[in-house]
Amino acid sequence: MNDLLGVVDWSRAQFALTAMYHWLFVPLTIGLSLIVAVMETIYVRTGLPRWKGITKFWMTLFGINFACGVATGLILEFEFGTNWSNYSWFVGDIFGAPLAIEGIVAFFMEATFVAVMFFGWNRVSKGFHLTSTWLTAIGVSLSALWILVANSWMQNPVGMKFDLAQMRNVMDNFWEVAFNPVPVNKFFHAVFSGWTLAGVFVIGVSCWLLWRKRNVEAAKSSLKIGTWVGLAGILLTLWTGHGSAVQVSKVQPMKLAAMEGLYRGSVGQDLVGVAVLKGEDSRTDEDPMLFSIDIPSGLSYLVYGESDRFIPGIRDLINGFTIDQNGDTVNTVSYADRIALGTKSREALARYGEAVKAGDTAAAAQAATDVEENFKYFGYSYLSSPEAAIPPVGMTFYSFRIMVMAGGYLLLLFVVLLFLSYRKTQYLEKPWLNWVGILSIAVVWICSQAGWIVAEVGRQPWVIQDLMPTNAAISDIPASSVQITFWIFAAIFTGLLIAEISIMLRYIAASSKNDIENPTH
Amino acid sequence: METLEMLQAYWWLLISVLGAALVFLLFVQGGQSMLHCNVSENQRLLMVNSLGLKWELTFTTLVVFGGAFFASFPLFYSTSFGGAYWLWMLILLSFVVQAFSYEFRRKRGNIYGTRTYDLFLMFNGLFGCVLLGVAVGTMFFGGEFTVSKANILDVSAPVISNWAPTHGLEAIACWKNLLLGFTVFFLARTMASLYFINNIAGDDDLTTKMRRKVLINGLIFAVLFVAFLVVLLLQSGYRQFDGEFVVEPNIYLHNLLGMWWFSAILLVGVVLALYGIFRSAFDKKWNCGIWYAGIGAGLAVLVLFCIAGYGGTAYLPSITDPASSLTIANSSSSLFTLTVMSWVSVLIPFVLAYIAYVWAKMNARPMSEKELKADSHQY
Repeated sequence: MNDLLGVVDWSRAQFALTAMYHWLFVPLTIGLSLIVAVMETIYVRTGLPRWKGITKFWMTLFGINFACGVATGLILEFEFGTNWSNYSWFVGDIFGAPLAIEGIVAFFMEATFVAVMFFGWNRVSKGFHLTSTWLTAIGVSLSALWILVANSWMQNPVGMKFDLAQMRNVMDNFWEVAFNPVPVNKFFHAVFSGWTLAGVFVIGVSCWLLWRKRNVEAAKSSLKIGTWVGLAGILLTLWTGHGSAVQVSKVQPMKLAAMEGLYRGSVGQDLVGVAVLKGEDSRTDEDPMLFSIDIPSGLSYLVYGESDRFIPGIRDLINGFTIDQNGDTVNTVSYADRIALGTKSREALARYGEAVKAGDTAAAAQAATDVEENFKYFGYSYLSSPEAAIPPVGMTFYSFRIMVMAGGYLLLLFVVLLFLSYRKTQYLEKPWLNWVGILSIAVVWICSQAGWIVAEVGRQPWVIQDLMPTNAAISDIPASSVQITFWIFAAIFTGLLIAEISIMLRYIAASSKNDIENPTH
Repeated sequence: METLEMLQAYWWLLISVLGAALVFLLFVQGGQSMLHCNVSENQRLLMVNSLGLKWELTFTTLVVFGGAFFASFPLFYSTSFGGAYWLWMLILLSFVVQAFSYEFRRKRGNIYGTRTYDLFLMFNGLFGCVLLGVAVGTMFFGGEFTVSKANILDVSAPVISNWAPTHGLEAIACWKNLLLGFTVFFLARTMASLYFINNIAGDDDLTTKMRRKVLINGLIFAVLFVAFLVVLLLQSGYRQFDGEFVVEPNIYLHNLLGMWWFSAILLVGVVLALYGIFRSAFDKKWNCGIWYAGIGAGLAVLVLFCIAGYGGTAYLPSITDPASSLTIANSSSSLFTLTVMSWVSVLIPFVLAYIAYVWAKMNARPMSEKELKADSHQY
């Protein structure tokens, strides 16, 4: 284990790489499956062949992305074992269940009915086909639900207790794991962001068709649906995003402080609007910003709905201020003390093992009490210093700003396009507007990736918040092995992403009027 | 029997059923390995599209197999996946490239050309089957690992499962594991031939070729399977008594004799598989061999998993340190989690029912050139 740090860093890099590639495709399939289902419903209700053509056009694009999502998702599930084997044991009793439920409940549903979606047009009735399309869309979202339950548990580990004899955590309340406010918020936030992303994708592709004057009527019809779905998506994303931020303030105050670049908190804390952080060397707790434009008392108001509340900064948290479950700021244990108490708990666990081996029940009982007394700080015992508990502030801070600003831009885009779609349709064929739509595709993907960077990087150094840091979660493999697989996945995923984009561009470009307006199959 | 023991046994049975289903569905990989074996371009198109209806089912079963193992036996997940790193990474890699290939292979603008994606499919067809067989082989023939839960207390080296420095490459080099790997591979090819006979219509030349392939691959499979069975029944293993592991020669033979019902199921499985294979090879009008051979192979695999884990047998024996070996008792999730998961497993019959219904609907008209032309979505 002499290259512990190398393994940790490369394992993190590999997981980040594969997760980010996976998240390129997943939100699109979540949203596009809904859009395709809506389009097919219109086709079945109206019987108009052009809607069948429109459905098939978007369904093909959905299929290309679905395959990519499936391929990249496989790696993620198994990486918990291959690269994070200690994690798999330490919390597998809790974390494995949502993954298995996802497979049983959602994955089979997707895999079964997606085949009907693609190959069933001439094999099953219209009604059965439409049902299959909706079941695929539901399956995709159900799949997201259980994955997000698992991910949320890493942000807010609840519904469990520590099993001394097994030296691992075990579940003791499934409902708390699955349906506490954190996963509920996270699920809706992720699914609605998928609607937003797919809405922009449909708008962007439709704008391209309008710019090239191909399938103009189909493109306008698609654009309307994309805009409605996107608008609903962004409004609900903003609402659930606010809910998620409030949850973060309660269960991950350090992440919130990093999102705001806040080192010293105050009563009536301002919300940072536009700002640039100083470099790490010149940044001080009192003056971390090069410049910033703030909204007075905005952060206190957003978190509590009251402008005179205290929000702790990074240094406050390290020194022992935090927010309790009721949302009240309390003076609690400093991080230096947490490390000391966590170390006590870990040492007591060692004593417990020795006492059990020696058959000394009294010593074992005493050690068990000592472990439990400070177990909530157990994870801190793996940290070298209080400062090791600070996440990468710059990356979290800027990713959060990028996400919020891009989200604001997208809201404006949807509102404008909706207005033009109904009141000023002639503008829809203006090249400048078409290019705004096309370029917005990049914006929405950047927004989506930035959101996950905030969620995951902001949690660092923890793999499970306050319970297990990344350096205790890894596998006993050489860093060089992980480097090799990292580069293999980087090469394969990049190569296939290029091919995927190329296929989509060719497909969109090749779609003649007859393909969409008058389908032959 | 205590509730925990019952649930551990129940979940091992579910894992065994999933393993059996996975081996049956590996006909997709078997078919991929035959895409360039003396078939015309049109025939290859029929084969790919016939397999294309089912590839996701195999893929999903693999994912659920992994998820179920994670939820019910996390110490296996931690030890085998985290230890035999290269073995599992190669398996995963082969399935990753498969998932892209069906959708991309004939799409315009795919950059690398159809042949590249077909090579990916063949890579998955060969390595996916053989390496999955190797991975299962470690459950009989062991792995070079140790498990020490107390390591979690060591801040500088906290990993509890430690594998040999070769990290799974030594398992690939083990001839016994490879024997099982190639047995699985030829079974998959046999099943694929049977599937094509059942699923593709209107191409007599292809059907004739497939009947020949059933015979050749079926014979190779039968020889390898007998060899594997002999090796397995002569193999020593560990059995846990009162927390201690004891070496037991011919442990799997003893398990088969001690749990006689498994011997009976294995016999039924083998007979069904052989009937499906040989009747398909010689009866020119019969196309139902996939069901006989599939159910037969599934039953045989089910029994192999069961004798690997039941009766206190170490299902992942440690060659390095017998005390580190994994049994269903020492590697399972808690009573609470197994109970929750068991409630979820009530849904499995519904899942199987809709899969069967959709399979029947989609296969009501076999794959043919005419059918393929009528399809707007092709692989």
